[in-house]
Amino acid sequence: MTNLTDLGVADIRDGVAAGTFSARDVATAFNAAVEQGRALNAWLVETPDHALVAADAADAARASGDLKPLSGVPLGIKDLFCTKGVETTAASGMLKGFVPPYESTVSGKLLNAGAGMLGKLNMDQFAMGSSNETSAFGNVVSPWKRNDGGNAALAPGGSSGGSSAAVSARMAPGATGTDTGGSIRQPAAFTGISGIKPTYGRCSRWGTIAFASSLDQAGPMARDVRDCAILLEAMSGFDAKDATSLDLPVPAWEKGLSADLKGKRVGVPKEYRVDGMPPEIEALWQQGIAYMKDAGAEIVEVSLPHTKYALPTYYIIAPAEASSNLARYDGVRYGLRDLPDGANLQEMYAATRADGFGAEVKRRIMVGTYVLSAGFYDAYFTKAQKVRALIVRDFEHAFTQCDVLLTPTAPSAAFGLGEKSDDPLAMYLNDVFTVPSSLAGLPAMSVPGGLDTQGLPLGLQIIGRALDEQGVLNAGLAIEERAGFTARPGQWW
Amino acid sequence: MSVDLATVRKIASLARIATSDAEAEALLPELNNILGWIEQLAQVDTTGVEPLAAVIPNHLRLREDKVTDGGIRDAVLANAPQAEHGFFAVPKVIE
Amino acid sequence: MTDSPYRIQGATGEWEVVIGLEVHAQITSQSKLFSGAATAFGAEPNSQVSLVDAAMPGMLPVPNGECIRQAVRTGLALDAQINRWSRFDRKNYFYADLPQGYQISQLYHPLVGEGSLLIEPEDAAPKTIGIERIHVEQDAGKLMHDQHPTRSYVDLNRSGVALMEIVSRPDMRSPAEAGAYVKKLRSILRYVGSCDGNMEQGSMRADVNVSVRKPGGELGTRTETKNVNSVRFVMAAIEHEAKRQVAVIEDGGTIIQETRLFDPDKGVTRSMRSKEDAHDYRYFPDPDLLPLELDEAFLADALASLPELPDAKRARYEGELGLSAYNADVLTADVETARWFEAMLAEGAPAKAGANWLISELFGALNRLGKTIGESPVSPRQAAELVALVGDGTLSGSLAKQVFELMLETGQDAGVIVEERGLKQTSDTGAIEAEIARVIAANPDKVADYKGGKDKLFGFFVGQTMRAMGGKANPGVVNDLLKKALE
Ligand SMILES: [Mg+2]
Ligand SMILES: [Zn+2]
Repeated sequence: MTNLTDLGVADIRDGVAAGTFSARDVATAFNAAVEQGRALNAWLVETPDHALVAADAADAARASGDLKPLSGVPLGIKDLFCTKGVETTAASGMLKGFVPPYESTVSGKLLNAGAGMLGKLNMDQFAMGSSNETSAFGNVVSPWKRNDGGNAALAPGGSSGGSSAAVSARMAPGATGTDTGGSIRQPAAFTGISGIKPTYGRCSRWGTIAFASSLDQAGPMARDVRDCAILLEAMSGFDAKDATSLDLPVPAWEKGLSADLKGKRVGVPKEYRVDGMPPEIEALWQQGIAYMKDAGAEIVEVSLPHTKYALPTYYIIAPAEASSNLARYDGVRYGLRDLPDGANLQEMYAATRADGFGAEVKRRIMVGTYVLSAGFYDAYFTKAQKVRALIVRDFEHAFTQCDVLLTPTAPSAAFGLGEKSDDPLAMYLNDVFTVPSSLAGLPAMSVPGGLDTQGLPLGLQIIGRALDEQGVLNAGLAIEERAGFTARPGQWW
Repeated sequence: MSVDLATVRKIASLARIATSDAEAEALLPELNNILGWIEQLAQVDTTGVEPLAAVIPNHLRLREDKVTDGGIRDAVLANAPQAEHGFFAVPKVIE
Repeated sequence: MTDSPYRIQGATGEWEVVIGLEVHAQITSQSKLFSGAATAFGAEPNSQVSLVDAAMPGMLPVPNGECIRQAVRTGLALDAQINRWSRFDRKNYFYADLPQGYQISQLYHPLVGEGSLLIEPEDAAPKTIGIERIHVEQDAGKLMHDQHPTRSYVDLNRSGVALMEIVSRPDMRSPAEAGAYVKKLRSILRYVGSCDGNMEQGSMRADVNVSVRKPGGELGTRTETKNVNSVRFVMAAIEHEAKRQVAVIEDGGTIIQETRLFDPDKGVTRSMRSKEDAHDYRYFPDPDLLPLELDEAFLADALASLPELPDAKRARYEGELGLSAYNADVLTADVETARWFEAMLAEGAPAKAGANWLISELFGALNRLGKTIGESPVSPRQAAELVALVGDGTLSGSLAKQVFELMLETGQDAGVIVEERGLKQTSDTGAIEAEIARVIAANPDKVADYKGGKDKLFGFFVGQTMRAMGGKANPGVVNDLLKKALE
């Protein structure tokens, strides 16, 4: 029999339905993998019992013929999703010990669809980071190693680094991620897995701890495109509790999968050819273009003239929203309270927030506070929202010439832990290709395209029109079928 | 435009983040580095451009005026660092 | 009515006071502005709090349509511009009664723009006060400072309750004008039904902006006295604050723009320590909410739902019903009185007689009983019947007073009381003539005086006759018969 932890979401779902194996066996195998993989520090909370209870329910459902879409599938849940009765911290000391009396809409939808929860996944603190090094509970180590014989610990990407590590290390067949400026796509690219951020508003934000409200979107991370489609279908849908939720039916994305791109035009934005991009990334991109042609698509060069301004725009808007969203962490109603002797209320706030937030979170709160402050609001925030409107226009214009865009996901393969953590700006630049589509709220996905000379995965990104997740998934599938990416990290843990 | 130490302290105070002198001094070049970088936006001609109001075209839904929530005091207080007699407790505030 | 302007007498001459008011009015609604928790007054602490109101991680606001509708109706009632496109902004600051660390409000694009309000202060000319804007925002929770020696307690029941902030132009020039403004505004809110106007429970409160200047000079620096919760206190706060400012300036000092509190016990304003640091609220559009766009149907419905407003009603009472200006004013000042009066009319009461009876008899009785018109023991139908019995001659004025007292005591209808107690007025000339004859016979000297020219004595004979008739004689008939008998 195959190793059950080698199976993806569709395989498990179908195998449980067919009775090839029991859901309990699947859950047991993954629980063991989670335990064995502790060296990666991907999990903040392990919930093996939760996974077993859901598995037993799946086995009973099979017996009674009541299987649900995800019956028998155990998943990892990023710690940004509030889970009822299970500690949820957003990887911050600020929320240590916080046990939500409620379940986020997205995790709730997955559980209602029959999925089990293996545990809560480590991440960059409050989703702020691109390497998972800002977690208050230690960084996640990528399961990947360079093939240079060295043993350097690599970043799994971020902020959904626990998710990417868990899926690529076969500790979970799939996981939830959230993406504000690339936090699903970049870690997926770094670890050789797939991940999709849907159109802004597809997934409810209710119960997901906010980083930057106008950018945050949940999405799945899994080993292939089909698994992403299955999970995204279960996670999406209108939620009256989120005023920005899209009141639209959820398409049958899995059913709609097709790798045939005949009649489709794939846009290649010339501004994504950035200075200093490694030749291997350029080569990967060309390879991706060749895959697209092979799948029947026509390639067109398009222009997104404001691309270079996307990152600075993002680093005004996201910190501004975050500075306000994180004001609720004040030591009054939940989470950490630091009350120095004789401190008054305002001093309690300042002590609590100094203690509870990590350095990167504080840095972004400071930047956000500054750009909103009296006298600077128009020069920074209003200006950024205007440039953002221009970035949206760029995409709208490009999509009159093509159906999807193809770009690299990140400007490099996974970097070493500690390599960029001293230089915030260098870290920010890692999101150069993912941030523009986040600012425009567009669906975008990363699929593995190949390995670099060091044996590390590289991702290709597909960006689609608003609401055209199907087009994105199909283009991703076309690459996946042609790239034949089967590489996986050796199990050193 | 670059910030000085007094501005860093003012921002930290507005954000209610206690900051030591050493921390403020360490933050100063970091913030100036980031702010200097984001200021490249000034180069973009945004004449006649309205600031973005909604990422995806969508308008605000209004809910019905019904009582559907509340009555969950225990859940609301469950994670409180200090709750007494059904209230959250904080250091005494003098108005 | 005089036009002499209100002036503060300082050592250096006269000073003019410039006043603007920001009135926070709680919007009448079942649930909160952005959550489904209840808004009822006086509940157990933290029992009307949702996870949204407590700003739990990941919680999101969803706006209550009724609150928007009520604010729009209020704007329409104040002849204000309704903005088809508005949006919510966050006002960021840290305080224990503000769980999110920001208040969701509207700064840049308020729901309602410019409007106006006509005020008629006592002893001064009517005046139109400009309304600058009305925006919708969340109320904060409540801090209790007296329950524990070293701690304050936080109750979030009010957190998230919907408020309208109605901002006037600095058009008022005296405490009387400000008082009239608050009264008139409250009257309109109550007519519209968008706020109950209950200032004691805090559902309406005013931030009072005051500055002083030499008459006609440059505007001075203003102070803002927060949360003043009665008309009387608004007037007292202005008076004190204006005098304080004049004294400071004349002493060579300067007024600092600051937030102050009114102490009703001492009648003074004082600086608010907790709000001392200069605020930088860092307003920006709330990214959890989308722009609020109103369509024509929504506005048309809101407009069609507006009741007749006090000014229009007063004009109609005078013009169509022929009431005196005074009566029309009294009956329309408060919507409950107007409703009660119109219910009486609907039950067939004639307008003038009904108005007089309501203002003199009913108001007098309610005053004595310490009740509002809504708590009146007598219903409009019962009142209409009583007034009708006077109109058709069944009851004299004095009999009607007796019957009304019995109605208040027993709750019985006037007709029943008249029947059961035989209180019907009589025009039986035989019985009246007999009593007149007896009165004349008993008072020969007074008859002589009367005939000698003391006309005033006629009232004496009327009184004696009425008393002899047990008050039930028709006064008109008594008059006629007496005149004949004394000729
Ligand atoms: Mg105010
Ligand atoms: Zn206000």
